[in-house]
Amino acid sequence: MADPVRSRLRRLARLFGPAAGLVAVAVLFALLTGAPERYLSAANLRVVLAQTVIVGLGAIGMTLIMISGGIDLSVGASVALTSVIAALALRGGASPSAAAALGVAAGGAVGLVNGAAITGLRIVPFIATLGMLGIARGAAKYFAEEQTVNAPATWLNELAVTFPSRAWLLVAPGVWITLGLAVAMAVVLRRTVFGRHVFAVGSNEAAARACGIAVDRVKVAVYVVGGLLFGLAGVMQMSRLRQGDPTVAVGVELDVIAAVVIGGGSLAGGEGSVGGAMIGALIMSMLRNGCQQMGWPTYVQEIIIGVIIVLAVAADRYRASRTAD
Amino acid sequence: MALDGVDLDVRPGEVHALIGENGAGKTTLMNLLSGAFPPDAGSMRLDGRDYAPRDAADARRRGVAHIHQELSLCPHLSVAENVLLGAEPARRGMVDFRSMEQRAAGLLAELGRETLDPRRRVAELGLPDRQAVEICRALASDAKIVLMDEPTSRLPRDSVTRLFETIRRMRGRGHAVLYVSHFLEEVREIADRFTVLRDGRSVATGELAATTDDELLEQMLGRALGPRLASSRSDGSRRIGEALLEVDALALPPELVSATLTLRRGEILGIAGLVGSGRTALLRCLFGLDRPAAGRIRLRGRDVPADRLSSGRQIRRGVGYLSEDRQREGLALPMSIADNVTLTRLDACSRAGWVDLSGQDAQATRALQPLRVRSSGPRTPVHRLSGGNRQKVAVGRLLHQDPDVLLLDEPARGVDVGAREDIFREIAALAGNGKGVLMVSSYVPELLDVCDTIAVMTRGRLSAPRPATAWSPESILEAAVGRG
Repeated sequence: MADPVRSRLRRLARLFGPAAGLVAVAVLFALLTGAPERYLSAANLRVVLAQTVIVGLGAIGMTLIMISGGIDLSVGASVALTSVIAALALRGGASPSAAAALGVAAGGAVGLVNGAAITGLRIVPFIATLGMLGIARGAAKYFAEEQTVNAPATWLNELAVTFPSRAWLLVAPGVWITLGLAVAMAVVLRRTVFGRHVFAVGSNEAAARACGIAVDRVKVAVYVVGGLLFGLAGVMQMSRLRQGDPTVAVGVELDVIAAVVIGGGSLAGGEGSVGGAMIGALIMSMLRNGCQQMGWPTYVQEIIIGVIIVLAVAADRYRASRTAD
Repeated sequence: MALDGVDLDVRPGEVHALIGENGAGKTTLMNLLSGAFPPDAGSMRLDGRDYAPRDAADARRRGVAHIHQELSLCPHLSVAENVLLGAEPARRGMVDFRSMEQRAAGLLAELGRETLDPRRRVAELGLPDRQAVEICRALASDAKIVLMDEPTSRLPRDSVTRLFETIRRMRGRGHAVLYVSHFLEEVREIADRFTVLRDGRSVATGELAATTDDELLEQMLGRALGPRLASSRSDGSRRIGEALLEVDALALPPELVSATLTLRRGEILGIAGLVGSGRTALLRCLFGLDRPAAGRIRLRGRDVPADRLSSGRQIRRGVGYLSEDRQREGLALPMSIADNVTLTRLDACSRAGWVDLSGQDAQATRALQPLRVRSSGPRTPVHRLSGGNRQKVAVGRLLHQDPDVLLLDEPARGVDVGAREDIFREIAALAGNGKGVLMVSSYVPELLDVCDTIAVMTRGRLSAPRPATAWSPESILEAAVGRG
């Protein structure tokens, strides 16, 4: 019946829907703009990819969190906080790598607090991270003294530029970093004991506990790893803007969740794929970019993305109900 | 109190049956053994060493595996991953899928289930295969004792045969199996020794081969099986009228195989049977919560087609339902008494979409008056009430709804004697007013006391209804356990 080839095929088939959506968006805007050679040009795709980095990094972390049955609403606030912290470190004379490490670590710390609140205080993830959304945003404003923090120019700013100075990179280094981390996370989720325990916790927490899996430890680890990725997204944010901005990235968590859900993730846990989430993030970037090229106002983008999220999940439910019978 | 003094010894390589009526404490005992909660008193020893599991994981480490009625698998993971969950073979953090699948395949083969592919996702499997996966998990953790709680209650017969083959192989490997079942015939087929629980106590233990069915039944009932006596049902004053609800060969496999009955005006028809025998499935089908796969339902002589069956429509057709699960399905606990009582017929106390609050209070108070609910008023949230008063509120909602056909699932479960009397007095009054009552109960004396007619559900099949006077506690129990 089911051999490895078939199960691999099924995994690919699950990516088929999001991938088809991505192609459909690309074709649609190529035709709508009347200039496919411009919309699908290498230059424009570089722009799209560079714009996808922050949501893409967030979606890697969110995939992990959502597979475990959790959710994190503090992504945008974490991005702002870590961008401010990295910028402050640079301004204070820290080396670029130290500043980046500090930003990433700050994201991990936020995740640790989230995980501790969820497992230690028994608060549902939605509420715990909703609280953190306010706390991290407030902390960002406090550290930045409610202003943007200008950082001196360093190689960090190269991370997210659309056209890297080393032309052989083709796309921004941040894109490669995101891609590498996505592959790494996919392997962790598919092949490692930790990854399978994350699936088990999201699939049936009671069963996981009864089998001796340290459920709380898995959950804390999930939020910490997620936080580290959100911290990296914050460093990318700082790199793009060349400053730390405490008011940036408001609502990014919703884009990130949408990317994971379009890619086949479930709010109920146990399901999700990094590849799907990456495609989901790309779909949204392509849409935004296409709408901009059409000169459509942002509210059109917002409506279209909203419709796509609902349709993607409806298609997924429909497929699930067909396979269940 | 669920358990009150149990002695039990289980030996390696035996299948030990734990038998008893509903509520005798079998499931509680299983939960103690598997570490779900600790006992108040007494001690357990495993392999000669003290055994006091902290939780389910600890029990598993010590070699006690519990196979639940509600299976506990991860549907998104593969068979092999479920079998070795928490004990995955791995090298430097990476799961060794090949050796994992080989080990799972080996265990499946030992159970005679080599056709089950260890790479399949559990979500794709049916119940018998899922059960095999759970048993494999128990073997993988090297369980000395495997607790099986009613493993056959939801299985078709051919799967039962395969399960028994699996259990015999486990016994052959030296595992002990503690097997809970209501079904004597099944117990005889698979078990070596038995322990009978009654009212939370162990009352008998011994070799099955040396014990007759009558002896087992006597121990379960707690008294000698006398000549089959007619019950002492009280009134015969009610007038039984024309047919209200006719059900013909209704089926929703696997829970409900076939049910045929006729409920008349003024009649209280009781449905006896063991938990999980399909009684709840019957009521849920009749109320439109589940769609029957086959069979016919007629209400007041008119066909109710299956595709026009929903709870909303059944309420409009004058059918009322009392769920056995009042916490989750029966009541909206944070809402007030008045809200709960009037919820199914809110238009009776509202105008143009606006709820008339004082009218709602008055109607709720009137509906609850005969039931004597103790509360500080109709605005009290239901979660502040005791179990008995909550159940009265649920019954009060039916009184307010005023249906012709009442489907009652365990109307007096978890309710004290006084509340029970209030509830049954009101049910009898409803029947006296020409309503039809279909009542499921696990408590046989209650059925004999209240009902005009009784039918027994066994493995999804409903017996022909007979007058209550034609039944005795013994004959009901025998029918329920599939004998006689």
